[in-house]
Amino acid sequence: MTSIGTGYDLSASTYSPDGRIFQVEYAGKAVENSGTAIGLKVKDGIVFAVEKLVHSKLLVPHANRRIQTIDRHIGLTTSGLLADGRHISNRARDEASNYRETYNSPPPLKAVADRLGLYVQAYTLYSSVRPFGISTILGAVDNTGPALYVIEPSGVFFGYNGAAVGKGRQLAKTELEKLKLSELTTREAVYEAARIIYLVHDDAKEKEFELEMSWIGTESNNLHVHVPEDLFKDAEAKAKAALETFE
Amino acid sequence: MDRIDMDRLKTGEVNLGTSIMAVQFDGGVVIGADSRTTTGSYIANRVTDKLTHVHDRIYCCRSGSAADTQAVADIVHYYLQMHAQTSGEAPTVHVAASLFQRMCYENKDGLSAGIIVAGWDKDTGASVYNIPLGGGLFRQPWAIGGSGSTYVYGYCDATYKEGWGRDETVEFVKNTLALAMSRDGSSGGVIRMCVITEDKVERLFVPGDQLPKFWEGKEVLGAASKKVYTEPEAMAVEA
Repeated sequence: MTSIGTGYDLSASTYSPDGRIFQVEYAGKAVENSGTAIGLKVKDGIVFAVEKLVHSKLLVPHANRRIQTIDRHIGLTTSGLLADGRHISNRARDEASNYRETYNSPPPLKAVADRLGLYVQAYTLYSSVRPFGISTILGAVDNTGPALYVIEPSGVFFGYNGAAVGKGRQLAKTELEKLKLSELTTREAVYEAARIIYLVHDDAKEKEFELEMSWIGTESNNLHVHVPEDLFKDAEAKAKAALETFE
Repeated sequence: MDRIDMDRLKTGEVNLGTSIMAVQFDGGVVIGADSRTTTGSYIANRVTDKLTHVHDRIYCCRSGSAADTQAVADIVHYYLQMHAQTSGEAPTVHVAASLFQRMCYENKDGLSAGIIVAGWDKDTGASVYNIPLGGGLFRQPWAIGGSGSTYVYGYCDATYKEGWGRDETVEFVKNTLALAMSRDGSSGGVIRMCVITEDKVERLFVPGDQLPKFWEGKEVLGAASKKVYTEPEAMAVEA
């Protein structure tokens, strides 16, 4: 990194001479070292899957979830600093409930992504704060149908058909591109999502991991919930089997 | 419920002692109002427009204090413009009604406003929302409001039918308002109506001398009558 030692990377409120904000770019690095999270926008809904790295065998299995519910129909998952992820999900809940209060109707995902993007961007403006070290995947089924957004540490957000953030994002993206996302059902997408997480996990480098999956769609009555136990187990078993044949 | 609490008006405050109405039909809504604005017994304006635009296909009918309802409608108009800009599409009638409801409920102690919100949106089509004095929110197929409405609840209950088209609905609104205006001293003047559909908002006007007429009573018995007095005729006797 040529920027180190130049002095332009000490604060988020200082530009480098070529117009970059190094603190925001470093925040991006924090995301690159975290467990992969993916989101799939399919025919009838959204599927989330996360590679939750387990840093201690003493942790309670399935505790410390990385997928959060923001509103009845909105899910969120982050990659990067875990604590920042918790903070952003709390903020997202506030924004969603504020929308509900004023307009008396479920917030469209675009409205939540918009407000959350503004919030994240505000943390790139001041020397007294640090930008968020997370990329956020937001998904929902709202009045426009299924929707999926990713918010970067800079505050920009884009809509996607398939999204991947974290350590294994490159491989996950190429796998997502192979799928015909608009033709899949949420049930089919659960199998694909589980397979991709198992595929991108590097057991040579990483310790244990736990698969975490949720969905929003016709089968969950358009509510954001974790996928049913039996489906989860089946998808996980098939993902492990696919990995054997892949290698 | 819909009665205007006259004690709440400050002395000299302009009042919309009113007859207002909104009815949904398949494909649109018809809203209507009389045109009388009073300060006590003085008619401050006899051609008032109580049908107020808040967005392209959403209007409200105002009753209560003219100042209060104008202010609330102005603020909601602003909110809806902001909402349309940020969401990139026209707001729903439900969203508009919710904004009115919130203002009316949170400021219930300071406001005297009974508002009917009606219009057309692509999510639900035509809809009518009633927001009476305390700041409640009720979706209804038809709603009447203002001091004149109390006289015509029975007429509306007996007359309204589901499945009407545009023209039948316009007649219903016109007749109801004419009846309310004839009984309510605080209502009168002309009838203004709007037909809101997906394609357009059409304004209709009925002048004060062309209001539909109903039974208006006979001349009082015992008063000087127009009947000509005729001398009793002698009974004819057979020859």
